[in-house]
Amino acid sequence: MDHGPTTEYHECDELLKYKQKAGLQLFFIYSGIYGIFVLLNTLFPSMMESVIFFGLNLAIVYGFGLIITAILLGLVYNNRCTRMEKRLDTGGIKTEGGKE
Amino acid sequence: MIYTASPFAVGIFFAVVAAVLGISFYFGRKTTSAKGYFAAGGNIHWSVNGIAFAGDYLSAASFLGICGMIAFSGFDGFLYSIGYLAGWVVALFVVAEPLKRLGKFTFADALDSKFGSRGIRLMAAISTLVVSIFYLIPQMVGAGALVTPLLGLPHWVGVTLVGGIVIFIVTTAGMKSTTYVQFLKGALLMVFSLLLVFLVIGKGINLEPSENYHDFITLQAELTDDSVTSVSDPAYTIVGEYSKNDLRFVKLEKDGISNWWKLETETCTLTEALTIVTLTDGAVLYNGAPREEQLFFPVGSMHEITVDGEQVESVSGLNAISFLAVIQESEVVRFIADVFTSGDERVRIWYQEVTPGNEILSPGLKFHIDEGSTFADKLNFISLMLALFFGTAALPHVLIRYYTVSTPAAARKSTIVAISAIGFFYILTLYMGLGAMISGVLDVESSNMSAPLLSQSFGTLMFACISAIAFATVLGTVSGLIVASSGAVAHDFIDRFLGKKLTDHKKVIAGKFAAVGTGIIAILLGIAFKGMNVAYLVGLAFAIAASANLPSILMLLFWKKTTSKGIAASIATGIVLAVGLILLSPSMFVRYGLEASAAPLPLDNPGIISIPLSFAVLIIVSLMTGKKDQPQEEKALIS
Repeated sequence: MDHGPTTEYHECDELLKYKQKAGLQLFFIYSGIYGIFVLLNTLFPSMMESVIFFGLNLAIVYGFGLIITAILLGLVYNNRCTRMEKRLDTGGIKTEGGKE
Repeated sequence: MIYTASPFAVGIFFAVVAAVLGISFYFGRKTTSAKGYFAAGGNIHWSVNGIAFAGDYLSAASFLGICGMIAFSGFDGFLYSIGYLAGWVVALFVVAEPLKRLGKFTFADALDSKFGSRGIRLMAAISTLVVSIFYLIPQMVGAGALVTPLLGLPHWVGVTLVGGIVIFIVTTAGMKSTTYVQFLKGALLMVFSLLLVFLVIGKGINLEPSENYHDFITLQAELTDDSVTSVSDPAYTIVGEYSKNDLRFVKLEKDGISNWWKLETETCTLTEALTIVTLTDGAVLYNGAPREEQLFFPVGSMHEITVDGEQVESVSGLNAISFLAVIQESEVVRFIADVFTSGDERVRIWYQEVTPGNEILSPGLKFHIDEGSTFADKLNFISLMLALFFGTAALPHVLIRYYTVSTPAAARKSTIVAISAIGFFYILTLYMGLGAMISGVLDVESSNMSAPLLSQSFGTLMFACISAIAFATVLGTVSGLIVASSGAVAHDFIDRFLGKKLTDHKKVIAGKFAAVGTGIIAILLGIAFKGMNVAYLVGLAFAIAASANLPSILMLLFWKKTTSKGIAASIATGIVLAVGLILLSPSMFVRYGLEASAAPLPLDNPGIISIPLSFAVLIIVSLMTGKKDQPQEEKALIS
């Protein structure tokens, strides 16, 4: 028994490179936002107590922001990848029993 | 605290367990091949897989541990929610699709896809087992904590019950039944958590959290020559005093019952505390009396409620934002734990501390990163956040879920569904944790019980549903972990490393035996680690996963000079360093019965040392072995 994927599909190099590049771009954007959050908490914890709006402090606003940003960036990534898959008409092709 | 079982709660609990077992029976009859057993046939729809991802990931640590940590330490507990969710970004943008393309049943398939190396197989199998076992411990601890109030059974019975049910689920139908159990549980968890948050916010905030809440007394004290000589209520007699650093405790006796109080030297007042005193003959007293007397009260309340600068008794009509804003402006009574020995008594004490809301909702109550913190404290915090960020994408039971869908695009879409569901749930944890903090429901002995106890304040039905779902939460996650472990043993170790070339049927049988073995180990460890916060324990599993697995995955994908020996060496380094540093950490020294300060390293979380070193070892070994250790396809081209 080999150790290849459970279902067979094909994606061209152009699509793979595009997805990898898009993923890395968004990963670095999010890592930067997360890194700043960790550093602010570590180096300037009192700044996190500052009330920003509606009576909520920076810690809460930034924390919620990180969660919501992760969801939004995920949707952006999926949108970009799906558009490229449609353009190249290769994404999600299956040949063995699977369904997408 | 003493818990009494409700027949109604027991009924709902067994209904959920029966549903889970029913799913296993149903899919068990359909699962015959290794592909079906280890990867659910590879044809789960991405939307189902996404919610199952959430059900798999939202473990006891997320529901019980994080809510408990927020209830006791405010925003610092929420940092776990933020870190756990952020880790999914790494999984989605970097790992999901490539891993799906390269692998079959386990993440070792992907790591080994270019090399055909037995070394990688062995190290990846060991890593999967170590990470899974570290992850299983908190799940089992959570199960034990849940069963006590729900069924009135001891901790070890809960752990054994979960272990037994999960072994049954996994050995009957493998990944298929695990997927649908996780899907069901993930969906129920989110719906009922949302309902609980609606109830918390709708109830508003009151100075008196409930009708039955114990009225903690404050007495005026008179000090002579820095010793307490009398108190304002003559019914109390002073029978002892103890000082520890800046803390001072006074033992008072009334009606033949003695208990420790905290002395506030600035105001010359004594505030009532909770204590568990162990005497030399082994007898244990709860607030000065045997446990059955029920003098050990649930805690957690507001001290002052301030709305628009004015103090009020209660506030209602709140929404998700104003609920937080009121807590930010007000003051909360927290109970802080300490331990000391006085004469022949070993005293565990929880004393009251009034904490401003702006401190509750900002960092510093658990992680010492505010003023007065040391460099090691800050390093510890960064280390934890690093491990949470990089750990998710390296957890074996998360990675195997990429093989249950048909294509890389489906893997991506299911990850996005997971991020949305998990992110939404983590926002809810803040409200559940804060709700428990101010609702007079906390059991100081078990932070893990905060969310179920909060639900109990809204009636037996809510408690029964939340507890049953929490139990299903443990079942779902433990099932995923045991499937991952069983794949590591049967597929990676026996089939690939030992080269036994098992038939499809024998591989499934081997996987089932491995599942039984892992389940038994998990039961024993779950009993041994009773009482530790489950979110903290899961943080350690993340650190091991991030150290052992992630450097290999990332370098394989993005560095062409990576070799099989580099990968094997990196995994070995990550496991040894992460586990070694955990065993030498201050928290573990306390667990051994030693002083935390005796630990050779001040770090509780090893990630900041073990992750970079694992990367470094991979690079150095790969550069040293580069020419001899080419990927299979390159060798083929040369020959």
